[in-house]
Amino acid sequence: MDVSEFQDSFFEEAGELLDGMEAHLLALDLAQPDPEQLNAIFRAAHSIKGGAGTFGFEALQRTTHLLENLLDAARRGELKLRRDIVDIFLETKDMLDDQLDAYRQGQAPDPAALERICAVLQRLAHEEIGAAKAKAKPAKPAAKKSPAKKPAIAKPPKQSARKKSSTAQTSASGVPAWRVTLLGVNDKDRDLLIEELGHLGQIESRHSDGDRHEVVLASSESATDIEAVMCFIVEPEQLKIEAVVAEPAPEAEAPAPEPKPKPPAEPEAAIAASPGVDAKAASRPASTHTESSLRVPVNKVDHIINLVGELIITQSMLNQVVAKLDGPARANLVAGINLLERNARDLQEAVMSVRMVPMDHVFSRFPRLVRDLAAKLDKDVELVTEGRSTELDKSLTEQIVDPLTHLVRNSLDHGIENPDEREAAGKPRTGTLTLSAEHQGGNIVIEVSDDGAGLHRAKILAKARERGMNVSDAMSDEDVWQLIFAPGFSTAAQVSDVSGRGVGMDVVKRNIEGMGGHVEVASRAGHGTTTRVVLPLTLAILDGMSVRVGRETFILPVTTVIESLQPRDEDLHGTAGGDLLLKVREDYLPIVAVHEAMGVAEACADATRAIAVVVQGRGRRYALLVDELVGQQQVVVKNLETNYRKIPGVSAATIMGDGSVALILDVNDLCQIAANQKENGVFAGDVSDDRVIRSRMHAAHRSANHEPRSIH
Amino acid sequence: MNPAASIETRAGGDTGSRQFLVFSLGEEEYAIDILKVQEIRDYDHVTRISNAPDFIKGVANLRGVIVPIVDLRIKFRMQNAAYDTNTVVIVVNIGKRVVGIVVDRVSDVMTLTPEQMKPAPEFGVGLPLAYIQGLGDLGDRMLILVDIEKLLTSREMALVEEAGESRAA
Repeated sequence: MDVSEFQDSFFEEAGELLDGMEAHLLALDLAQPDPEQLNAIFRAAHSIKGGAGTFGFEALQRTTHLLENLLDAARRGELKLRRDIVDIFLETKDMLDDQLDAYRQGQAPDPAALERICAVLQRLAHEEIGAAKAKAKPAKPAAKKSPAKKPAIAKPPKQSARKKSSTAQTSASGVPAWRVTLLGVNDKDRDLLIEELGHLGQIESRHSDGDRHEVVLASSESATDIEAVMCFIVEPEQLKIEAVVAEPAPEAEAPAPEPKPKPPAEPEAAIAASPGVDAKAASRPASTHTESSLRVPVNKVDHIINLVGELIITQSMLNQVVAKLDGPARANLVAGINLLERNARDLQEAVMSVRMVPMDHVFSRFPRLVRDLAAKLDKDVELVTEGRSTELDKSLTEQIVDPLTHLVRNSLDHGIENPDEREAAGKPRTGTLTLSAEHQGGNIVIEVSDDGAGLHRAKILAKARERGMNVSDAMSDEDVWQLIFAPGFSTAAQVSDVSGRGVGMDVVKRNIEGMGGHVEVASRAGHGTTTRVVLPLTLAILDGMSVRVGRETFILPVTTVIESLQPRDEDLHGTAGGDLLLKVREDYLPIVAVHEAMGVAEACADATRAIAVVVQGRGRRYALLVDELVGQQQVVVKNLETNYRKIPGVSAATIMGDGSVALILDVNDLCQIAANQKENGVFAGDVSDDRVIRSRMHAAHRSANHEPRSIH
Repeated sequence: MNPAASIETRAGGDTGSRQFLVFSLGEEEYAIDILKVQEIRDYDHVTRISNAPDFIKGVANLRGVIVPIVDLRIKFRMQNAAYDTNTVVIVVNIGKRVVGIVVDRVSDVMTLTPEQMKPAPEFGVGLPLAYIQGLGDLGDRMLILVDIEKLLTSREMALVEEAGESRAA
């Protein structure tokens, strides 16, 4: 049977189990461990081991086996958990992640690392349990397990993948029999399962009754192992495994390498293997499969989203056509089109919601990071997360992890002080790092805040001067904080391997702006720092305001638009540098003319006859001059960089109802372009980039063109 | 494209013959590897983009995909880059990218035998030698065989963002 098709689902499932294991390990109360949590951790290791055995991933199987034994001892209370033991478990979890990765890429995991982690686990088992057990139950028979493996503990050792094939050949008579019942499994899966069972032992009989299918299997594998093999194909509810005869369970758990000899029964194992299996099967999936769900590759979802996008475009095209129609049929047509529009919107929302995942996916990575880092830096830090259920587009959750990790590291390294310093400053010894997420309009706001020392204004200014940046003491706090986003900027006195190299914040900022968001910092000396990341909820669709400039149409994201107005002459104020300021109520806002920034011909040059759209970009407000507001509509965001390159001032493109392409303006970038143009004294359409290209072209052509061009 | 042409390809499959799409830029006839060609469409609805070289006409919607449109006539300094009913866009696949190139006319699909494919001349034929694969000798006609992939991904076409190039203007 080809098991490779199940490998992918194993990898995904195992990855999730490991994440769950880590979360539980981190949440463990060492003084009084919650038995349910210990069980969950144990089950995760156990399930992975089962799968690893099925697919012949020996390193993974061996590591999980050792871990499982320790975890089992822990949940029986034979192993007293301490912080350093949990550290070893966490390290093992990381190793398992690495092994999974290696297997996923079709490689063998690093053997040296494997040996090292196995040695650590074996030593741990030997020191912690071996000693305790020697006193308590000196005559444990399980010690027969191969000497290379760790000393015996209560959990019966499982057999390796290699041995599974050998047991399958032993005669049915000497081996216990299991009645495996499959409920509601479709034919294809059933055949696969039965074939798979055949690898585990001898199939003695099988019969079907409706969607109930019974197989009697002679196998020396334990019920849990059989279950572990099957559970990657069927849900635990669909599977029932019972011993056929009264006392086969002890035999099934026989730890001896050869299946035939039957050592004396082991009472604990018997309990684990007999009716308890059903209860266990039912309880295990509680964490991941409480409701039925479907695993779908993201690219399939993206394809649906693209199709819905096309539908929306077609829809607005129809709208345009109908708007021009006349005649008696028009009313009906309009009603139909409106209905279609509503349905299309609903469909769009439904599809988009498929891509949304809770922020929990992101936040769950941080407890471990904070724990490890705090230990490394000798700091006491408590991590608080808020708004874990806030939903965000999946692609964004993937991209936000790195910037957030950076911010968290910064907070821990530079923000939160040592316990002693904190005490001296009259703060609790334990620092608090808060990660929060919430929706605000069409955006998600993610905050990383600490109650540490805060940013050091004087230090930042001094550093900026040192780097030759143009700063003054009169700068507002906000402007000073923005300096930390400059490339290569770091005030850390010492470069540590945690942070301080100054490669950080500018990358964070660039990443977040690349996602269509922006980042702000607020800080108060002695009270801490809050970094605020504002992101759009999704990258695929945005509410756009279409504006006309000359004969071209551009889209402004509605989330950036504050208001629009027709400037009056008395509100326009020129400045010495040729800049124009617009007075809106009490504020003077700089004006950026879209036709200048984007090099549009035939645009309205008279500001009083244009429309000023007040937008918020890069944390500051300014006014964009456009000729006309055309309307508001949802637009499907199309990447320009797939086939072309980044266009300055443009974040993406979209397709309008008439099939033409409209560019979506990047409000952050646009004010930068305008500033650059003013500084360089060049006008749009002739920026440096372009000139370089042209001069290169001329150079290239000089050589080609001095000969006659035609040779006809 | 006429059906006869496609039959020719199949016939010429084993002999080292290759098929080319023949198009005109001004008075000259050029040819590109047919396997690079995705489709041919009319020139319309091209949205201008700012701060781009003049030969990049803009971007167009190709069934939901945004593709840049390059006018090779402007790129090669042709005198007359008019847009009329014959003007077409050849949509080509280069690597993972899709690019449309504006040409005066698409005339033919031709199979060239190895004997008909001559090495590139030592002197210029309107575009830098680096982008010329060779010449197609048809007796009375001469085709300039263009390495379209090399041309469009070249630095001077400015279609592909290069590493280290700044994002902002």
